[in-house]
Amino acid sequence: MAKSAMDCVKLARDPKRPHLKDFIKLICSDFEELHGDRLVNDDRGLVGGFATIGSEKVLVLGHNKGATVEENMEANFGMANPDGYRKAMRLAKLAEKFHLPVVTFVDTPGAYPGREAEERGQAEAIAKSLEFFSRLKTPVVVVVTGEGGSGGALAIAVGDKILMMENAIYSVISPEGCAGILWRDGAKAPEAAEALKITAPDLLKLGAIDEVVKEPAGGAQKNHKAAASAVKKAILAALKALKKIPVDELIEKRYEKIRAYGNFYG
Amino acid sequence: MSWFEPKAEKAKIPPAKALWAICPKCGSHFEKAVWKKNNAICPKCNYHGRLSARERIAQVADAGTFSEVFRAVSYSDHLAFHDATGPYKAKVEATIAKSGETESIVMGTAKIDGHPVMLGVMDFAFMGGSLGTGTGERIARACEQAIAENRPLVLFSASGGARMHEGILSLMQMAKTSAAIAKLKEAGLPYISVLTDPTTGGVSASYAMLGDINVTEPKALIGFAGRRVIENTIHQKLPDDFQSAEYLEKHGFIDKIVERSELKGFLAKMLGYWGF
Repeated sequence: MAKSAMDCVKLARDPKRPHLKDFIKLICSDFEELHGDRLVNDDRGLVGGFATIGSEKVLVLGHNKGATVEENMEANFGMANPDGYRKAMRLAKLAEKFHLPVVTFVDTPGAYPGREAEERGQAEAIAKSLEFFSRLKTPVVVVVTGEGGSGGALAIAVGDKILMMENAIYSVISPEGCAGILWRDGAKAPEAAEALKITAPDLLKLGAIDEVVKEPAGGAQKNHKAAASAVKKAILAALKALKKIPVDELIEKRYEKIRAYGNFYG
Repeated sequence: MSWFEPKAEKAKIPPAKALWAICPKCGSHFEKAVWKKNNAICPKCNYHGRLSARERIAQVADAGTFSEVFRAVSYSDHLAFHDATGPYKAKVEATIAKSGETESIVMGTAKIDGHPVMLGVMDFAFMGGSLGTGTGERIARACEQAIAENRPLVLFSASGGARMHEGILSLMQMAKTSAAIAKLKEAGLPYISVLTDPTTGGVSASYAMLGDINVTEPKALIGFAGRRVIENTIHQKLPDDFQSAEYLEKHGFIDKIVERSELKGFLAKMLGYWGF
């Protein structure tokens, strides 16, 4: 039987799926994490640092779900606070300054819905991030590795090349949230997941992503090494192509790409 | 059957809803005519209620100066979306037929106290003011036209967020509108964002929060996540004024809360300071 959208949701959320730390360990030959937004905090739900991938020096940014219960709690399961998005922009500005590309790993249920998050401007931080990455003068490669949860995902998913793993999902709202509103029944999540078209092949057809990265048989959770190796290959190919483009042209092409979202049919 | 006749008699008494306006903030009842005469502002608590896009345009644009653009840019049903109550297409077509609007934002060129602007006003009555592909396209085009004609951009937001019926492409409109606004700002043109009640979700997390200045009206609801979602996440009761205009101003995300009667003058004054 063909895989349903909800099967994909389950795979994308599988706790055994490789997370940011696994990808960094398997893809990068070194990684130096840098902390803090220089304003109030060091968010643990979104981390960043300079790294080497193959022969490329890059800035890595990514949602951090955490591997243990303690890490999960500390990182809010990868639900970033405004401080996380502001840290991401601070570090990306450094990458731009030193002419290094940015690679982002997207895996979040969504931006953190908390009191402090609202008070420190969750909406403003996401909005700024979208504006910021649309004009950043260095190549940006995005990999949606697990859950691409709405605005919290998009905030670090504006770039020149959008890669997405075969069993990842990317959606404007969680299937449960959508089912709760439009079906008035959270249990109808499988129907909502189908209707929302949130799988990598569907999103490729809709023009929301550029490339699907194949996963090992049964899913990335079965073989972290093989999954990471495919992601690494796709990142390096994307970087190689993007680095050839003069930066002004790159920004203009990025704009045209963003500008075209939604104009594919009708 | 004469037994059923009295039904017609009953219908002569209008239901309470047709007579009374209830302030959603303080719960006070007013005659509808009073509410309307007071410009949808609560006479008791000064909550600034919702206006339609056309009502707002009439209040902000100089008489006879609003010239609508992009009316043909409407929704797209990329997903052939269908939920428990039927197809999205039927729902949005019914909204179009009922409202006479073709998207959740009405866009045009206008003058505000003589200052030429590109003016966009969202209408919460159109699918909850949701951000669809048509909405995003109109805003992106407005930025481009503003750049071509050297006009400042003024957007009034009123929205529950992205339109989930349009799936990922509605989410992508957050990126599209933000990118277009970034270009507008690079061109040195002003963008004033007026966040009206309510501005939440994907709209507050994109163009609505990106104004060179962000202004709002008394007691408007502005936020990212819904109150109930937050309460369920943190298991805490939130303060009553959480996500109100006043709360956001206190926390530094709003430049000014402006009374409706003074809004037009305020916009003109700011454009005047900046030489537009």
